[in-house]
Amino acid sequence: MSESRPSLFATPHMPYGLSRADIVVLCLLGGALLGLSGLSWNAPETHAGPELATGAYALPGYALKSVLRMSGAYALSLLFSIYYARAAAKSARASRFLLPVLDVLQSVPILSFLPVVVLSCSVFMSEGVAAEVAAVVLIFTSQAWNMTFSYHQSLGTQPRELREAVRVMRLDGWSRFKTLELPHAAIGLIWNSVMSWSAGWYFLMAAESFKVGRRDFRLPGLGSYLAKAVEESDTHAVLMGLGALVCIIVCMDQFIWRPLLAWSDKFRHGGESGAAPSSWFLDLLGDSTLVQRVNERVLSPLGEWFDARARRVAPAREESRPALVTRLPGWLIPALASLAAMAAVGFSLRAFVALEARDWANLGVGLVFTTGRVLLTVLIALLWTVPFGVFIGSRPRLAGAVQPVTQVVASIPATAIFPLFMVALLNFPGGLNIAAVILMLMATQWYLLFNIIAGVSAVPQELRQTSAMLGLGWFDRWRVLHLPSVFPYVVTGAVTACGGAWNASIISERVEVGGRVYSSPGLGSLIAEATASGQNRLLFTATLLLSLTVVLINRFIWGRLSRLAAERYRME
Amino acid sequence: MTPPTETEAPLMRLRGVGRSYDKGTRVFTALRGVDLDIRPGEFVCLLGPSGCGKSTLLRILAGLDIATEGSVLRHGEPLRGVNPGTMIVFQTFALFPWLSVSENVELALKARGVPADGRAARAGKLIDSVGLDGFESAYPRELSGGMRQKVGFARAMAMEPELLCLDEPFSALDVLSAEGLRGELMELWLAKSLPTKAVLMVTHNIEEAVAMADRIIVMARDPGRVIAEIPVRLAHPRRPKSAEFQELADEVYGAITGRLAEPAALVPVFTLPQLRTNAVAGLLEKLAGEGGIAELHRIGAELHLELDDLLPIIESAELLGFISVIDADLHLTPLGRNYADADILGRKEVLAARILRLPIFARVLMGLRGKPERRAGLEELASWLEPDIARDDAAMIDNIINWGRSAEIFDYDDDAEEIYLENA
Repeated sequence: MSESRPSLFATPHMPYGLSRADIVVLCLLGGALLGLSGLSWNAPETHAGPELATGAYALPGYALKSVLRMSGAYALSLLFSIYYARAAAKSARASRFLLPVLDVLQSVPILSFLPVVVLSCSVFMSEGVAAEVAAVVLIFTSQAWNMTFSYHQSLGTQPRELREAVRVMRLDGWSRFKTLELPHAAIGLIWNSVMSWSAGWYFLMAAESFKVGRRDFRLPGLGSYLAKAVEESDTHAVLMGLGALVCIIVCMDQFIWRPLLAWSDKFRHGGESGAAPSSWFLDLLGDSTLVQRVNERVLSPLGEWFDARARRVAPAREESRPALVTRLPGWLIPALASLAAMAAVGFSLRAFVALEARDWANLGVGLVFTTGRVLLTVLIALLWTVPFGVFIGSRPRLAGAVQPVTQVVASIPATAIFPLFMVALLNFPGGLNIAAVILMLMATQWYLLFNIIAGVSAVPQELRQTSAMLGLGWFDRWRVLHLPSVFPYVVTGAVTACGGAWNASIISERVEVGGRVYSSPGLGSLIAEATASGQNRLLFTATLLLSLTVVLINRFIWGRLSRLAAERYRME
Repeated sequence: MTPPTETEAPLMRLRGVGRSYDKGTRVFTALRGVDLDIRPGEFVCLLGPSGCGKSTLLRILAGLDIATEGSVLRHGEPLRGVNPGTMIVFQTFALFPWLSVSENVELALKARGVPADGRAARAGKLIDSVGLDGFESAYPRELSGGMRQKVGFARAMAMEPELLCLDEPFSALDVLSAEGLRGELMELWLAKSLPTKAVLMVTHNIEEAVAMADRIIVMARDPGRVIAEIPVRLAHPRRPKSAEFQELADEVYGAITGRLAEPAALVPVFTLPQLRTNAVAGLLEKLAGEGGIAELHRIGAELHLELDDLLPIIESAELLGFISVIDADLHLTPLGRNYADADILGRKEVLAARILRLPIFARVLMGLRGKPERRAGLEELASWLEPDIARDDAAMIDNIINWGRSAEIFDYDDDAEEIYLENA
């Protein structure tokens, strides 16, 4: 993320080609998946879910529970990002292993892991707790990676002289963190937190209304409320649930993210920010004498006390302890990784052998169909978002008005709106085959739109004026100005959109409405079906296949395009 | 080496200090064989062109960088980790943009363990002493460059270091602010109201060094080393227009360019300075206007060029045979006069003919002609020039491409990153 206004959905790290570390990571992932699905054999046969209410009185409680789940996962993500990014930044050797791990994890469709995680959790703990833990873990896995990348990147871009200044002033570890590390990372971290919360809502909806065969792992919350409302075709309840969700999203935007973004503008390095974000709520807090009093009397002394303690506990040390990874002998990690990889490959082969020819045929057909749907989705999204984004983006005032609205719309998880549209869409000619693409589209097009608007806004005014003075026609203007300038942003957006589409395939290729199951061929529906009927081997293989496809496509198609974008179409 | 009047034990003593970096197969030497003492009461300047290791030396003294050879002693004891007796004033100020002026200064007091109740008052006093009262609650971005650097000085004074290190503290400022700030610093230093025992300043501005230092350490690059030590015994305030001042500045210039005048140490054939053809032409025209001979020192001042900008131009012109440097004077050669008088096309011809005679391009041409498609990637280009030019020296490869293109010896395809012969 550059010094200037960070793009909302930037993927800063997009390598090209597979490295050895990638293969090890993929094998490890397979191994973990296999271990979990092995465990999940032992999961209890049946589990009765909670009784869910659809009355309006239940909504506040449910909403609170959902928010708490999200907050827990977010806190976990924040701690993880800081710790992981620091470990990766500390040594080149550690980062050679830690960064590919992160990259693969962020591109794997997490929704397909839900069943395995829930089932294996339920072996260790009571079903209710297992469902809670699984929900938090899954939300965590949807939130942590981009924040970690952002933090890692900010650690690498600290101005050298500031880094030297804290050293030569001999600040202790806590003060360094407080005065340099965290402020420098703040803007990127906050933008990425906003994104992470959007992603989190998406998975929360799925995680709360989760059933495996006769096992009901639903959790009381907004997601399950909506699911139940749809099941009972209670339009009134669906609308109320959606209203509550939008209300939470708007409140969080107004009372948390906007103020934070406005406040964090002071962490920008030099340079005037074009339009500093503003927040009425932050201004209100700033004017409040009560807040000032609390700050002076309570917070400042508290901070002073904490700083003093931190200084005594961890005085300034020149050589900080190297990360754990670097203290291990050099051969240890590769050796362990290859052992694990070998085991994973062996076990996977056993799972593969156990599959019938019909399953393989289904997997092959499913892969082709789902890949086709994902590409079609991205293509359709491109077709409307590029012209629309360019139109909006080149009119700053319009962009200023439209953007907050679209941001809120985009934060509403597609998983929550699906049920609303489902009935209507199923009556389309082509049924779910077409409907699935539309559902996937709803989940993904926003990433593209935002990136394109951000990209067009970043085009220097001079270039636009020059093309006007040259009297470039409609065609030339697109060829010379618009398309090249949005290209890097389109690539970034398309990567994210594609990732979202893979994920969405799992919930859009097989849907249950009013007791009937609609399904269309695809990897997503295979995963959903295998989940419902408890075919663990099929579930395992399909998930692995999906992960592998996504990683390969990311590395070889998007990786190449993003390299091209970075080299040729960068604005300097 | 050291002035005879100094008898006190040195604050810092460097002996045979070197710094080299392992770059895979190759070792890059930034600094070699530096002996240096810094005594209480001294104002020492490190002077030299960029890449001579003067900033590295400063960082070694501050303990931010480590010497890979030799010994670094502080009060006779080997230095370990960050030097607790130093503070740096940075070229780009290194203020925390998210902290106000007084918070920036207070941070230094806090780092020294000054208790909370006295901090604000002391910070206020320090901010006063650099003339910034009234700006305590301002953020650095609201201040001009000169004011920001004043905060940098106030912060450094808050640390009360025994050795104050200044890393080109004025070079990011405009001429007037730099002049003003220099004067204020000298006033504080001469009045002994700076809470420090000695000052070490890195600079590439000769006049600045002569105006401020008690001792000038002249450094050269490839590898970075000390080539001369010139004591400055002029009384303060020093007047740049005075004859003694000018004489001393000439001496320093001579020491720096002495390297160019020595035939044996002539710019190694296989390194090329950055080529700025327009600047070379400008220099030659200026020289022609001066009757073909001028003092280096005066040319630099009149063209408003810092050492770092001037040296590559002079090196280029000398390499092309347009000028020769004798002592600290520039002499225009007949060829150079030709070039200065020629029109655009004529200049291009002369330039191409001269560049073609450099052995480096003979080698490149030979390589290109040896290939049926008359085309080569950068990797291959680098392989032809090895071992005289390191494979990973991207800046030098860029220079070579730039020179070759200017003379139209070969052309460069930016997309394919290949050089090629045009009429292939």
